[in-house]
Amino acid sequence: MGFVVYAFQSGQPQIKKKSSAVPQLIGVVGLEIHAQINSSTKLFSSSQVGFSAPPNSQVSFFDASLPGTLPVLNRRCVEAAVMTGLALDCTINRKSLFDRKHYFYADLPAGYQITQQRLPIAVGGTLRYSHLIGRKQGEVVTKSVRIKQIQLEQDSGKSLHDESGSQTFIDLNRAGVGLMELVMEPDMQCGEEAAAAVRELQLILQTLGTCQGNMSEGQLRVDANVSVHRPGEPLGVRTEVKNINSARFLARAIDYEIERQMEVLRRGGSVLNETRAFDFKSGQTIPMREKEGLQDYRFMPEPNLPPLMVYDSETAPPPAGTDPGQAVLIDAMRDRIPELPSARRARLVDAFGIRPEHSYTLVNEDGLTDYFEGVVRMSRAEPRKAIGWVIKDVLGLLKQRGLKVSQSPVPPHALAEMLDLLEDGRVSSSAAKTVFQELWKGTGRSPAQIVEQQDLGLVDDSTEIHRICQSVIDSHPEEVRTIRTGNRKVLNKLVGLVQKQTKGRSDPVRVRAILEEGTS
Amino acid sequence: MLRRLFWRICNPMVYARPLHRRCGVYTSPREDVLTSAQTLTGRRWTHGKPLSKEQNVQNSKVPQTPTWEPVSENQLPPPTHVPIDLVDKLERLALVDFRNQDAVVRLEKAIRFADQLHAVNTEGVEPMDSVLEDRALYLKDDRVEEGDCAEELLQLSKNTMEEYFVAPPGNIPLPERGERSATLTDSTNWAEETESKTLIGH
Repeated sequence: MGFVVYAFQSGQPQIKKKSSAVPQLIGVVGLEIHAQINSSTKLFSSSQVGFSAPPNSQVSFFDASLPGTLPVLNRRCVEAAVMTGLALDCTINRKSLFDRKHYFYADLPAGYQITQQRLPIAVGGTLRYSHLIGRKQGEVVTKSVRIKQIQLEQDSGKSLHDESGSQTFIDLNRAGVGLMELVMEPDMQCGEEAAAAVRELQLILQTLGTCQGNMSEGQLRVDANVSVHRPGEPLGVRTEVKNINSARFLARAIDYEIERQMEVLRRGGSVLNETRAFDFKSGQTIPMREKEGLQDYRFMPEPNLPPLMVYDSETAPPPAGTDPGQAVLIDAMRDRIPELPSARRARLVDAFGIRPEHSYTLVNEDGLTDYFEGVVRMSRAEPRKAIGWVIKDVLGLLKQRGLKVSQSPVPPHALAEMLDLLEDGRVSSSAAKTVFQELWKGTGRSPAQIVEQQDLGLVDDSTEIHRICQSVIDSHPEEVRTIRTGNRKVLNKLVGLVQKQTKGRSDPVRVRAILEEGTS
Repeated sequence: MLRRLFWRICNPMVYARPLHRRCGVYTSPREDVLTSAQTLTGRRWTHGKPLSKEQNVQNSKVPQTPTWEPVSENQLPPPTHVPIDLVDKLERLALVDFRNQDAVVRLEKAIRFADQLHAVNTEGVEPMDSVLEDRALYLKDDRVEEGDCAEELLQLSKNTMEEYFVAPPGNIPLPERGERSATLTDSTNWAEETESKTLIGH
């Protein structure tokens, strides 16, 4: 895989260098993403949506498709789809339609799924995402993928297979939960890009609150359509990779599949149109049961649901006399969109002068932006100094302990106070690390109290510092001689020795000046 | 749907089309007929006796008297022949068992019956999904009001385990075509069987 990823990430010139005549094969990746709508009840019924409830406890008569039941659309789900569509620059269809898509699965009791095949609620959007490249991951590259459509549809129930494989247990709690299916155009070339796009989408959905976006709980499920071709030639035969439950596995599954298809073609074979599952243990994709010819879903218009209309108070107001609770207004949804991740990152870079890659870390970690802004607001230290402490020290330790930002034992105001002590020259930076470690223990003592009780303040007594410096000079005649011959680097060693004697409590700039004077 | 069409084909063969466009609820002159009960968002079909006159008046959406005129063969497109391969495909897709040649003939007749729709003048009329499509789609609040009835639902199922429904390990595939084409030529007892089961589940 090494070469392929390298070629994608470093652009065209690398590819050209390696082959003179025939252009290299490249991967083509499109994604279909199912996002569970974050709502209290299901798409067409009033039973509860929840992750780990007792089996079949969140099932209405409609969800079990008992005869005589009819679908009633959940307004919240429509609003979530409109809001998500707007956040992804989609055109919202004022009129959209519902269709039936037929399957025979035991966890789909109606024998069909209600979806939006002909006229979905949102079409033609764009997802802009960035990923970090370069040896130190210090360069941000921004790309975009077109969104073909967003459609509302029902989730299925869950099947559990017993060990002997002789029967299937059906839990319908998930049956009928609202999904937004996002269909992306095949605009990506490798697993890394796809994973970055999914991560950005996940953040956007979480910011909007339209989907909780937890991949391991199945709230965000990704299928990847993968093919390879030579640029300029028609797209190759594609395979569909399913069973991907994390962004990391997504990248690995896609890259494996691209490399597998290239290998098949290099050996003169042809790629089969098939569905493959990703096995995260072996890191391979393996063929799933072969489709019998072309799948025919026997689509038909859903006769029990008239067209879904949404309105705009300016350009297309709802008909006079419409109950306000019955009208979904596009402009009202637009007004409810909060600051999106990309805007937030731009603002952080702009307002605080931090590096772009740091803005990614702040936005990616739930609550970290608020934490950082809190520290900056309460401290006199420059934001650029605060960011290092927030990312390296606070986040570093949180990750090590598996804690969330909200669970940090060091609250923003304590870190701010500590930064002020540092800013005012009352502690050295090494003593500050000790203060931070004490704060992390969560004893409730303030930074100032810690400095005082553990005697961590800078040694301010001029005679004392001079005395220590002189003793270091006296005990290291060899080094002093070297310094006098012009090798200034050795001075740093003496500064370090003084710091050691003062347990990091002396101001290095001041110590250096004294030592310079004493050795000249 | 197919079953309803089959049923109608059993009636004396009169090609007819409604006089008024958009009121195509078919009621046969016979006693035992299909009647439709419409709701705001959908309709349910039930077998039964026709509604009494009083009941019919209450539901203005159902035409009160059938109005028909014959459609001659030359107004229809050429009849559709259903090849055995297509029968096989339909059986697999819809899990419908045609069982024998008679059933295929009936399917062709059903298609022929539906061919009359081609004779309806629809010029200038937008295709419709439902006669109710100009009604507003009702939206419900996102408030929990149903569920918590696992016991009630599970007792409807023949086979349960703890709080789960139990199903076979996967879809049971239809027998291979070779085995089935033998039965397709055998046309006995079809009429009785189709009354009890036209659609088979899995």
